[in-house]
Amino acid sequence: MDYSKKISKQVAGIPRSGIRDFFELVQGRDDVISLGVGEPDFATPWHIREAAIYSLEKGFTSYTSNLGLLSLRKAISRYVDDFFKVNYSADSEILVTVGVSEAIDLALRALINPGEEVVFHTPCYVSYLPSIALAYGVPVEVPTKKEDNFALRADMLEAAITPQTRVLMLNFPTNPTGAVMPVDELEKIAQLCVKNDLIVLSDEIYCELCYGEDEHVSIATMPGMRERTILLHGFSKAFAMTGFRLGYACAPAPLIEAMMKIHQYAMLCAPMTSQAAALEALENGEAAMLEMRESYHQRRDFVVGRLNDIGIECHSPGGAFYVFPDIRKFGISSQEFAMRLLEAEDVAAVPGDAFGQAGEGFLRCCYATSLDELKTAMDRIERFVATL
Amino acid sequence: MKDPLLKLLKSKARFSNTELAEALSLQVDAVNDQISQWEGDGTILGYQAVIDDEKAGEMGVAAFIEVKLTPERGGGFDRLAMRIARFDQVSSCYLTSGGYDLMVVVEGQGLRDVAQFVSEKLSTLDGVLSTATHFRLKAYKENGFIFETEEPEGRLPVTP
Repeated sequence: MDYSKKISKQVAGIPRSGIRDFFELVQGRDDVISLGVGEPDFATPWHIREAAIYSLEKGFTSYTSNLGLLSLRKAISRYVDDFFKVNYSADSEILVTVGVSEAIDLALRALINPGEEVVFHTPCYVSYLPSIALAYGVPVEVPTKKEDNFALRADMLEAAITPQTRVLMLNFPTNPTGAVMPVDELEKIAQLCVKNDLIVLSDEIYCELCYGEDEHVSIATMPGMRERTILLHGFSKAFAMTGFRLGYACAPAPLIEAMMKIHQYAMLCAPMTSQAAALEALENGEAAMLEMRESYHQRRDFVVGRLNDIGIECHSPGGAFYVFPDIRKFGISSQEFAMRLLEAEDVAAVPGDAFGQAGEGFLRCCYATSLDELKTAMDRIERFVATL
Repeated sequence: MKDPLLKLLKSKARFSNTELAEALSLQVDAVNDQISQWEGDGTILGYQAVIDDEKAGEMGVAAFIEVKLTPERGGGFDRLAMRIARFDQVSSCYLTSGGYDLMVVVEGQGLRDVAQFVSEKLSTLDGVLSTATHFRLKAYKENGFIFETEEPEGRLPVTP
């Protein structure tokens, strides 16, 4: 059978993820120090795991409400109010999803008519462009630059907006650059969204992991923005719960209702066990979360310091657990740099172009790895660049 | 533990001062000075490896002894508690609230050592009213370390 004729054009048109190719190369090798992961090196704090086990012991294994457990939505409402300073009703404005990834897919499918444009900033998380395409939207990239510490510039966004633009996707702190948004620039972006009547999908999954003096500010708090923002957050990063696959969307009720229409038929509800764990994370997880954040902070400073000492220019990112060093001066592509680093020194870091063309010339190094491993990795990188 | 340097020392006491400085993005001189100061003023009492005696093949005997004392005018339990704590066989000694006064952890080569210490040294002290000895059967966690080899890391080497 000619299967290529059986696959929808929409899916066939989506290129293979650059990360997957690289993954296969790395997997074949022993003794690799990987800076290529996108998740914490901590196991989920024990009290959260224990809450999941307890829920299983008690036989809490049924479906939940499509929106998610009411007790969890109430806890999310309190947490979001406290952390982001925006209030959402647990009854109608919060949807518990299978990770932020599902929430992004739901939101795009709920908002976009075929051919409408979605603006997003690059380098960005690998799912954004394919998710837009799968929702029959037209992806419009706005590159961010090292000179701006990879923050999105309002003037560049404005230039990308057309009468067909419906949605702006934001992700600060950013995977892969660790960028955070300066508040004054975010205000200008908010004004543009109001002026052009855009809906904002704000993926703030890394928001607890900010290391600067200033607190994280969500665009949803800015004038005129709550009504046009879908705030996306989850448990994977700050609470080290990636495998639980749990996220949530907060938005005005009509938007949540539209997303829920898809969610209820495609997913029915997020897994019960994960919801029980998430409730424990929100109620008692702050201490462990702050501990992990401090550890990331120390490791960020260490890695940024070492990379710059080695002669690889690397800005100190304000959040997440990635650094995005500039390797352009070595005169080879990020693909080639990553491949040769892997072959010569068994260190895996993801080539920047896997996150969009704007990432070419950079490397994503995740520092959610033990300090001992980071030290060895930095020594190996130092040895490698001396040969270039 | 709030101080990041003290906190790191608790898990990485074998780090050199250079490594500590590197890990915390501090100056080596500052780390040297701070640690000397802590060692001098008794903030840092010492450094220890946490060893699984069974794996090391040196499984000794340990006992947790509840001790009731007669408090003394002026000093309470302190004089007597310090007198007990100074014995080499005593590895830890705490004043506690509840049904007894001191929790004394005693380590020895065998049951006899511990029994002898309790009957000849501890119980015979003036002011010791009673003792109750509980022998350790198995260790699960000590000083924050679990007595079990961790499962290998389950993360995939490259993820988005």
